[in-house]
Amino acid sequence: MTAIVIQGVRPYGEDAVDLVINDGVITEILAPGTGVGTIIEADGLIALPGFVDLHTHLREPGREDAETIETGSQAAALGGFTCVHAMANTDPVADTAGVVEQVWRIGREIGLIDVRPVGAVTVRLEGTQLSEIGAMANSAAGVTVFSDDGKCVHDALLMRRALEYVKAFGGVVAQHAQEPRLTENAQMNEGELSGKLGMVGWPAVAEEAIIARDVLLAEHVGSRLHACHVSTAGSVEVIRWAKSRGVNVTAEVTPHHLLLTEDLVATYDPVFKVNPPLRSTADVLALRQALADGTIDAVATDHAPHPHEHKDCEWGSAAMGMLGLQTAFSVVMETMVEPGLLDWRGVADRMSVRPARIGAVATQGHALEVGALANIVVVDPDARWTVVPEQLASKSSNTPYAAREFPGVVVHTFFEGRPTVLGGKIA
Amino acid sequence: MRHLLSAGELDRDTALLILDTAAEMSALSERSVKKLPTLRGRTVVNLFFEDSTRTRISFELAAKRLSADVINFAAKGSSVSKGESLKDTALTLEAMGADAVVIRHWDSGAPYRLAHANWIGGSVINAGDGTHEHPTQALLDAYTMRKHLRGGQGALEGVRVGIVGDVLHSRVARSNVLLLQTLGAEVTLVAPPTLLPIGIEEWPCEVSYHIDEVLPKVDAIMMLRVQSERMKDAYFPTAREYSRLYGLGGERMKLLPEHAIVMHPGPMNRGMEISAEVADSAQAVMVEQVANGVSVRMAVLYLLLGGAKELSE
Amino acid sequence: MDSARAHDLRTVLSGDDIARATRRIAHEIVEKAKGASDLVILGIPTRGVYLAQRIAAAISEIEGVEVPVGSLDITLYRDDLRLQPPRALEPTSIPAGGIDDKTVVLVDDVLYSGRTIRAALDALNDVGRPAAVRLAVLVDRGHRELPIRPDYVGKNIPTSSTEQVFVRLSELDGTDAVEIADGAGA
Repeated sequence: MTAIVIQGVRPYGEDAVDLVINDGVITEILAPGTGVGTIIEADGLIALPGFVDLHTHLREPGREDAETIETGSQAAALGGFTCVHAMANTDPVADTAGVVEQVWRIGREIGLIDVRPVGAVTVRLEGTQLSEIGAMANSAAGVTVFSDDGKCVHDALLMRRALEYVKAFGGVVAQHAQEPRLTENAQMNEGELSGKLGMVGWPAVAEEAIIARDVLLAEHVGSRLHACHVSTAGSVEVIRWAKSRGVNVTAEVTPHHLLLTEDLVATYDPVFKVNPPLRSTADVLALRQALADGTIDAVATDHAPHPHEHKDCEWGSAAMGMLGLQTAFSVVMETMVEPGLLDWRGVADRMSVRPARIGAVATQGHALEVGALANIVVVDPDARWTVVPEQLASKSSNTPYAAREFPGVVVHTFFEGRPTVLGGKIA
Repeated sequence: MRHLLSAGELDRDTALLILDTAAEMSALSERSVKKLPTLRGRTVVNLFFEDSTRTRISFELAAKRLSADVINFAAKGSSVSKGESLKDTALTLEAMGADAVVIRHWDSGAPYRLAHANWIGGSVINAGDGTHEHPTQALLDAYTMRKHLRGGQGALEGVRVGIVGDVLHSRVARSNVLLLQTLGAEVTLVAPPTLLPIGIEEWPCEVSYHIDEVLPKVDAIMMLRVQSERMKDAYFPTAREYSRLYGLGGERMKLLPEHAIVMHPGPMNRGMEISAEVADSAQAVMVEQVANGVSVRMAVLYLLLGGAKELSE
Repeated sequence: MDSARAHDLRTVLSGDDIARATRRIAHEIVEKAKGASDLVILGIPTRGVYLAQRIAAAISEIEGVEVPVGSLDITLYRDDLRLQPPRALEPTSIPAGGIDDKTVVLVDDVLYSGRTIRAALDALNDVGRPAAVRLAVLVDRGHRELPIRPDYVGKNIPTSSTEQVFVRLSELDGTDAVEIADGAGA
């Protein structure tokens, strides 16, 4: 196998080099223009470790009309990801070794990214009985992240047991923090606007109260907790406090919560309906700050494809969720890099290194050094692009960014040393 | 004006134009021949996803008095209850040539969606959406107040209005606050804190938890329907306690100034938010509100459909 | 009407002419009706209402009795509603005695296509059943599109269809005059 040379690329936006890849590993870092092998032009482009998504809905099995592991893998690769964590709320639910192994195998066969199944915490996500966490951890899929995402493990006792139980397998419970009674039939952020629009509110406290409880539980049982899609300034404060106490908690924020605010709900266009809901500007600013200072560890897309008919309807009947894989990098660039909140090493840390660590994915999130596995994304920070929903690789088109222009284009993606995306197209 | 979706989108002049037009319509309704040829050949669809016989009949009568063809499309017992979406229903109505769709829907914002999702080309009139708005109710309330308190002329500057009850779930309250503010009235909302939305302090009105403090100061008091089922969600302990603290009974009514009118959007829960004694008193104008509803809806239909579509946008 | 094109206007009836015309029409109405009993004068908004009031006053002067006078808004009966944005309604006020078995004299300022009068006849039909309906206009400018003719005319003014006729009445405009503007310049 001949070497691949990513020519003239700037790792972390620093000095230009030739990155030489052999057998899936970075074998040499040379002066630009000196590498020998299959040349891939990357003059002026920036290389980062391939992105790792902790929170992706691939919908297979069960809702292949919305997304498949294949289309989701394509969207991920085009978005610069080399690994995604496939959420458990499929049909059937990923609550057995059989389902997680199936998802994992299909992911391997497609071979565009690492598809890491997330196991359900409770059977059928029903919140009453622990699923066979050990079986999933010990399966070929090697599940490390457990989540009932879409639903909150709201029973305090069950949550305590889950936190304790996963310790045996080095796992983490990723909590979808949503107090169910406070959010019955909730449609949008609770505040002045929900009152005016006559929509049932989803109060910030419903998220914050669960996170507060869970960090205390995690501290009490000495376990590891991950907070999914943190969306409020109050949650940030709770996590900051918990980290200062030494609680083993990590947190993620979605790109849309870094960019969009609840005002969009006034359009009644369900493309903006998402769970947790879009929040206030103050929340958005607090989330950006928290991602910048590391209180929030990772950007996770919560990529949630839905078929057209679930969005082309009235708000109350619409499904919650939005696409995120192909726009995540651009949103991070617009909200974090351009305002100076994160440098390129910071982007690598929040989108690759830390998510890989949280998911305990040994093969991902490596620094761009000789000897590292060659999971690499090459981006053009100076190019801009406009989102055309129908042109996204996802089977669904429920992006909230239709016709929006973004900075930052993913040019090439390398997964295990092979190009999966070249020149912005699936290789 | 192309659609009527929210009372908040009406500026003062438009609101007054509707009220003035309604006054003319009301005069015409006193004739022996109550039918006008104005909307001949136009089709108005009453698309009701929620039962509301009163509102539907009011719109139906208004449209028929203007000679429009009226189709009543009740979601119950139709394809909607068999899973057909709002969109497909809308496309069907569009294909049938509906010039206006009067929509009552359980989901806040559904009329807005119907008007703006490119499903239909006709006008959309919000006849009540979820817990959001009910603009024609606010218009008929304003019309009724203007008639009683301002001699049927001008706006409502300085008129003091109390709105009592389940503000949180009330589309009537939302539309009234917006329209009354536009017309210069001063509104006080009265409810237990559980039945007021978060952020109420930003609304253009006053808020009180105590009806007895408000009654002596108002020119009109509007009692909202309170569903006793609300107590299941702990909004208040019992219907009896609600009635005792917030209901308008004969004794409490003595706190009202003599000139003040008592309003209710209907249907009334006699014995809950309003006693029979009050409902049947001389100060109560509920029956008149119903009649005014027809005039106001005639005015709205005329102003939306009476002219050239491309010019009225 | 803006002052910029005031120089294009030519006056065809002065204030005195209008006064004489309304008085003459009042006389003709009385003469034809053989008195003022059972007469109802209805003006078509806007300026027809003021002319109706003037004619009614003149008849009262002549006959020494009050003549019922009112207004009849025809907006909701127009056949050109869909050609223009929706119009605000003008008041309709029918005198207390109604119009059944009365002789109704409709009064308008300018008779042109006849469509307004057609609408007024429809509107009257919904108000009651008069014994007879007559039509009085200050100006008949021709170009009829319907088989309608006036019973009483202040002045016949042949016009081209590009010209515009402006009736000004002191109640609204501060002065009495009928003016014609050349359509080409307007």
